[in-house]
Amino acid sequence: MSWQPKIVSFLCNWCSYTGADLAGTSRMKYASNLRIIRVMCSGRVEPTFVMKAFREGADGVLICGCHPGDCHYHEGNYKCLRRYHLLQKYIQQMGIDKDRLRLAWISASEGKQFAELADDMTETVKKLGPCSVKKVMQTLAI
Amino acid sequence: MSEKKKINLAVYWGAACGGCCVSVLDVHESLFTVLEHADLVFWPIALDIKYKDVEAMPDGHIDVTLFNGAVRNSENEHIAKLLRKKSKVLVAYGSCAHMGGIPGLANFSSKEEIFERVYETSESTVNPDHIKPQPEYKVDEGTLEIPVFYNDVRALNQVVDVDYYLPGCPPQTERLVEVFMAIVTGAELPPAGSVIGANTKTQCDECERKKSENKKIKKFYRPWQIQDDGETCFLEQGVICMGPATRGGCGYRCIKGNAPCRGCYGPPPDAPDPGSKMMSAIATMIDSNDEKEIEKIIEDIDDPAGTFYRFTLPGSILRRKLV
Repeated sequence: MSWQPKIVSFLCNWCSYTGADLAGTSRMKYASNLRIIRVMCSGRVEPTFVMKAFREGADGVLICGCHPGDCHYHEGNYKCLRRYHLLQKYIQQMGIDKDRLRLAWISASEGKQFAELADDMTETVKKLGPCSVKKVMQTLAI
Repeated sequence: MSEKKKINLAVYWGAACGGCCVSVLDVHESLFTVLEHADLVFWPIALDIKYKDVEAMPDGHIDVTLFNGAVRNSENEHIAKLLRKKSKVLVAYGSCAHMGGIPGLANFSSKEEIFERVYETSESTVNPDHIKPQPEYKVDEGTLEIPVFYNDVRALNQVVDVDYYLPGCPPQTERLVEVFMAIVTGAELPPAGSVIGANTKTQCDECERKKSENKKIKKFYRPWQIQDDGETCFLEQGVICMGPATRGGCGYRCIKGNAPCRGCYGPPPDAPDPGSKMMSAIATMIDSNDEKEIEKIIEDIDDPAGTFYRFTLPGSILRRKLV
């Protein structure tokens, strides 16, 4: 079987996870490469989660939250947005391609947008090829 | 008075600057107290004891070894493994042995890049024959060997099992004396694997600068770009201070000297990766909800990886740059 990217996705409980659920209940077809983890808020996604995902072998990481202004906890998604930009700078310094980490806003009604996002992210990561973090870690661990 | 048996103490440096060994010497007159309780059996900076003498010791002969410095080459690794075998208690002493320290920043480059810079392109290098160090060199008399330079810098616990960690760059000498006295007086030691000689709470917990509940940062400054008022929290003035992601225990000396914390004491127990904790904290403080403005504010943090992992890159989650 040809290589398929693994994309770890953190979806907020209130908007994005419900959006993904809608894509499912509406029987939309989309790439099965996403490994979805439900978190209460995109503001809960610590930089550690993202790094750990890469270290454990993720080829891409997707974070989804409520649209700006819509956060169930008022400003969790803004915190996520700021962390995301800082993380982007950091992962690029560590030699990880910026397109391997993405932040997107998906509301509870945007099942279609979620399905398209999943396909698009999968395509992007497929073009980049496997992420080598895990392999490098294995050569380091002595 | 009956003579109490002295303990055997060893101090070794791997990839280090020598500051940790000097911090041991900084015990000043307490050195006499130390020597009352301990025989120094191996300490390259101060004593002429050869590696073969250590190799000849029976296993477990050394009671306590303070290993400072990271593991950068085959010599460091060999001695780390040797001292592990010969020591009852192996202490990772200082930031480099704890999580990689300043030498660990070399993990942003590969071995080839480092050699290229050092032996070819650095401004003061004159090397017309492009000579680079070879681990082995044949001469008429036989083969000469030097240690192999590794591609990666590792912290001590990535090479051998470590009993205790005494962080700091260098560790505060008072902390060392406390730990040493605890060992020789037979006080109960914390479980193996513990960080000793440091607090479990962060620098911010000790720091006496004025802090407000809600920190807001509109612009980041390098320390030289602003006039520090000497009393407000550095972060609230827009200067990056590693306090929120760094263990206390040093007595926040840098901050007392009006310099922001650089993070040499490593992360507190609940945050194994100090940089990610710091990124999480700093991002929360950025005072904007507008994407363009956020990007602009973050632009002022020139080198997040090098700033937030200054002393901890090899011990962090991602450990090194992909090359």
